[in-house]
Amino acid sequence: MAESMALDRPAATGAPMLAVQGLEAWYGESHILHGVGLEIRQGEVVTLLGRNGAGKTTTLRAIMGLTGRRAGSVRFEGRELIAARPDQIARQGIAYCPEERGIFASLDVTENLMLPPVIAPGGLSLDEIYTLFPNLKERARSQGTKLSGGEQQMLAIARILRTGARLLLLDEPSEGLAPVIVQQIGAMIREIKQRGFTVLLVEQNFRFAQTVADRHYVMEHGQVVDMVENGELAASMDRLHEYLGV
Amino acid sequence: MEDLLFELQLAMPQVILGVINGAFYALLSLGLAVIFGMLNVINFAHGAQFMMGAFVAWMLLAFLGIGYWPALILAPLIVGLVGVLMERLMISRLYKLDHLYGLLLTFGCALVIEGLFRNNFGSSGQRYTPPREFQALNLEIGDFFLPGYRVWVLIAATAVCLATWLVIEKTKIGSYLRAATERPQLVQAFGINVPLMMTLTYGAGVALAAFAGVLAAPIYSVHPAMGANFIITVFAVVVIGGMGSIAGSIVTGFLLGFLQGVTEVVYPPFSQTVVFVIMAIVLLTRPAGLFGRA
Ligand SMILES: Nc1ncnc2c1ncn2[C@@H]1O[C@H](COP(=O)(O)OP(=O)(O)O)[C@@H](O)[C@H]1O
Ligand SMILES: [Mg+2]
Repeated sequence: MAESMALDRPAATGAPMLAVQGLEAWYGESHILHGVGLEIRQGEVVTLLGRNGAGKTTTLRAIMGLTGRRAGSVRFEGRELIAARPDQIARQGIAYCPEERGIFASLDVTENLMLPPVIAPGGLSLDEIYTLFPNLKERARSQGTKLSGGEQQMLAIARILRTGARLLLLDEPSEGLAPVIVQQIGAMIREIKQRGFTVLLVEQNFRFAQTVADRHYVMEHGQVVDMVENGELAASMDRLHEYLGV
Repeated sequence: MEDLLFELQLAMPQVILGVINGAFYALLSLGLAVIFGMLNVINFAHGAQFMMGAFVAWMLLAFLGIGYWPALILAPLIVGLVGVLMERLMISRLYKLDHLYGLLLTFGCALVIEGLFRNNFGSSGQRYTPPREFQALNLEIGDFFLPGYRVWVLIAATAVCLATWLVIEKTKIGSYLRAATERPQLVQAFGINVPLMMTLTYGAGVALAAFAGVLAAPIYSVHPAMGANFIITVFAVVVIGGMGSIAGSIVTGFLLGFLQGVTEVVYPPFSQTVVFVIMAIVLLTRPAGLFGRA
């Protein structure tokens, strides 16, 4: 179903950058993803919407190879990655920012920022990062987890902008943050889109998603059940409200 | 005042002996801490690997005529390599299971390794004579005499502990290690080959034990149970310092050696027990250890 929707779209410019087909994932014995399908073209910002527990986080983790077992197909820039390890997937050019942000307590801010190795040219320079996130420079020597929630989120995103990864998987960067910080994060996502990054963004807040994305996939019960172009969002409100229960 | 000075002079040798033991505790518990932090495995084979370090040094000399200085590098490399194989072939298969399985496996390995050495070399000790040049380091203050080799052990152990600490706390490699200790999956998702890091970390921890073993060879006789004797106290040190704390294991190692030395002066019968009494007190009042994160 998801695949046929992808094909129904107006002709894409060339092959998709990321093509996920029939993705299944398990945590131990629990079968969580049941054939997830989605596509992202180079330069797009695409969101993954859905209620709590729909399987959005698991989808990102499965793309990175971080679920115990997975099956199906994950093609990135034409390469099949379903059998690859997380570090090999990262080195192809995909970077992941987890929902819990994953700031390391035993590393200071600079060490956190510099931790992910550069895997390709084209990432932001340290100067560019500090221009985008001035707080990180001021707090360079602080312990990573001493930052505020918003600063930790900025740090978690900043550190994957340096690496030269071309596709960013961001898991609910707006979660639990004050509206003014959410706005900053929105501005930052539009800025990195400008710079040519491709983003798969997990969100529960579609009002926020609407301000940054080109398209939206909707997940339910471990499957992608719908896809909405950002321009059609207003016309699709009733449908979305039903999916998201808001 | 005169009396006190005299007493102190009498006490010195015991206390220094204690501190030298402490240097071994520090080296060994440091290796255990590094391994536990990264692999979540309590490496019960650590004592056997310490013994292997001493034996490899002895064999290099007895069979190949390779002396102390090359052995100080070669033995840790060789034993570290054995550690790498152990991790790849056996330990890495247990990461998904509870700690307890890693502990049982490495305990089993320790028994097998000690058994092999006992079969081949018997239980009695082999002598390992250190090079003469250490006599240049002999310390003589009044009646107090400290053989140069023991001075060297203190210097070498302290330097290696410090270097290890610096690598872990101040370098890029160390930041990978610290980060992977916290969230191995995320670190791997950044493109770092964490399974390989775990293998090398185990190898490095084992090499530290073997290095301690080479240092120990000229002081204690080289025999299959030499590690088993040490390792019980070392585990008490690790519990007191806090499992996994790098600086904690170094400081606690030296401190407890010193304390054992002092006890030897004040009330000798208690000197073997003091560490375990402290362990009990720490477990009751600060279960995470003096330097551990609760
Ligand atoms: N580590 C885990 N072990 C077992 N089940 C999990 C685990 N993580 C998530 N789940 C289950 O997987 C389902 C999808 O979770 P998740 O992907 O986190 O949803 P979302 O991000 O959309 O809120 C939920 O039912 C959740 O309970
Ligand atoms: Mg989630």
